[in-house]
Amino acid sequence: MRSVSRRVFMAIALPALIFVLWWIVSADSTSFFWPPLQTILGVFPETWFEGRFAVDVLPSLVRLLIGFAAAAAFGIALGLAVGTSKALRDYSEPVLEFMRAIPPPVLIPIIMLFAGIGDTMKIIVIAFGSFWPILLNTVEGVRSIDEVLRDTARTYRIGRGRRFVHLVLRGASPQIMVGARQGLSVAVILMVISEMFAASNGIGFTIVRFQRGFALPEMWTGIILLGSIGVALSIGLQVVERRTLRWYHGLRQSEKAR
Amino acid sequence: MSPQPGTLTLDRRRSSRSNPLASPRMRPFLGFATFLILLETLPRIGIVNPAYFPPFSQILAALAQQVLIVEFWIALGQTLMGWALGLTIAVVGGVVLGLVLGANRWLRDFTHSTIEFLRPIPSVALIPLVVLLFGTSMQSTLVLVVYASIWPIIVQVLYGVQDVDLVARDTARSYRLSWWRQIASVIWPSALPFAMTGFRLAAAIALILEITGELIIGSPGIGQRIAVSQSSGAVANMYALVAVTGVLGVAMNILARRLSRASMHWHSSIRRDEVSR
Repeated sequence: MRSVSRRVFMAIALPALIFVLWWIVSADSTSFFWPPLQTILGVFPETWFEGRFAVDVLPSLVRLLIGFAAAAAFGIALGLAVGTSKALRDYSEPVLEFMRAIPPPVLIPIIMLFAGIGDTMKIIVIAFGSFWPILLNTVEGVRSIDEVLRDTARTYRIGRGRRFVHLVLRGASPQIMVGARQGLSVAVILMVISEMFAASNGIGFTIVRFQRGFALPEMWTGIILLGSIGVALSIGLQVVERRTLRWYHGLRQSEKAR
Repeated sequence: MSPQPGTLTLDRRRSSRSNPLASPRMRPFLGFATFLILLETLPRIGIVNPAYFPPFSQILAALAQQVLIVEFWIALGQTLMGWALGLTIAVVGGVVLGLVLGANRWLRDFTHSTIEFLRPIPSVALIPLVVLLFGTSMQSTLVLVVYASIWPIIVQVLYGVQDVDLVARDTARSYRLSWWRQIASVIWPSALPFAMTGFRLAAAIALILEITGELIIGSPGIGQRIAVSQSSGAVANMYALVAVTGVLGVAMNILARRLSRASMHWHSSIRRDEVSR
């Protein structure tokens, strides 16, 4: 019992302390840039929950999810193909290394040429940017599957389909998850800046509009909202990871305990 | 993340002697050549609109022109400067914070939730704030770069400190090694491989945020020139500059890999590689 309450205390203490400090220090702030936290939180509901949620927040999140899902589907599929074939890996490696090294935000002006500034552009940008970490980690994951396991599967003449599902996909899944995590954080960045670069709605667009209009408390609410979205997405992915990789974490733990 | 060292894959060289082009060694070159040929021909035969995607030769010509302009080199220097400065601040700050927080179990538990909360906050959320505070100057981008790239280093150093061999740490304590000696000769060596993973991640993230800042905020550098080429319709120029950022990224990955190898030449993961070669 004591250890539980201690853990709760440890988890909450510092965030609470920071919150209180921010509240107190900014309380009589007359500085234009740092409005009191009370003011910021006061305008939060009216800023985001009265209409803007459906108009700006939802479209951003939908674009993010579609783009990320597309990136995951293509990245994993292609990654499995490239990972299983040595020849394909040899051919494609330098091209993939180069494409991965391009900072994804510079794709925005390029994709704008093809797809305008609408939703399609943003979804393609998000998908294209988060595709590379997922692809490369999948390749790496397939490649690093235990040779003994591979040979065992072959020796037992486990059929192609089952070998693919139980050996390749399973074995690569921890690394695929690493890729998905990296891809998701890239996707969030791209969601925001594709809207800052050119858009007519979205969270990033709205925050920049507040900033240009010098609506400082509203701008701060936007920053807080974006931060919470980032945190929520990362928690969501962790939940997914815990479910799908339960066997892996269990394996790791038992190996450690040995 | 880190490539598995020393995994040998069977490599059947069947016809490699009869036809040198088919040898596995040539494959990367063939692959890249195919890529370039596609970049040239797809726009030429009209599968891709050449107004949006000029043939490779035109991009190359635009690049050749860029290389002759002084402003290009200034912009490149500004990008590299911003990247290096931001990364240095992040590395120093991240390593110090990681060691301090990691050295004390209570402190580690106390800050854990806060770090996990702050880390996924996308640094681009800070763009409007830094624009108001610093305008389009270099500091704006610097803040983004440091905020984004410090987290992987802190987290990796924390992992590394936790990974210290308990016997080694207890031995150091029994011998009453000074605090500084404990860090320098027990904790740091075992945290270094982790810190290096963090460094490689941070280097890539720092470049992304540096270019992003230049592109969106308009602080000086290659990213800003891309934005200018885009708005002035200089399409081939834009592609040339994008290719430059790609080359920068590749060079940086190689550099980071070299650096981590050089700094860990004593470490088993790298020595095993050398033996198996």
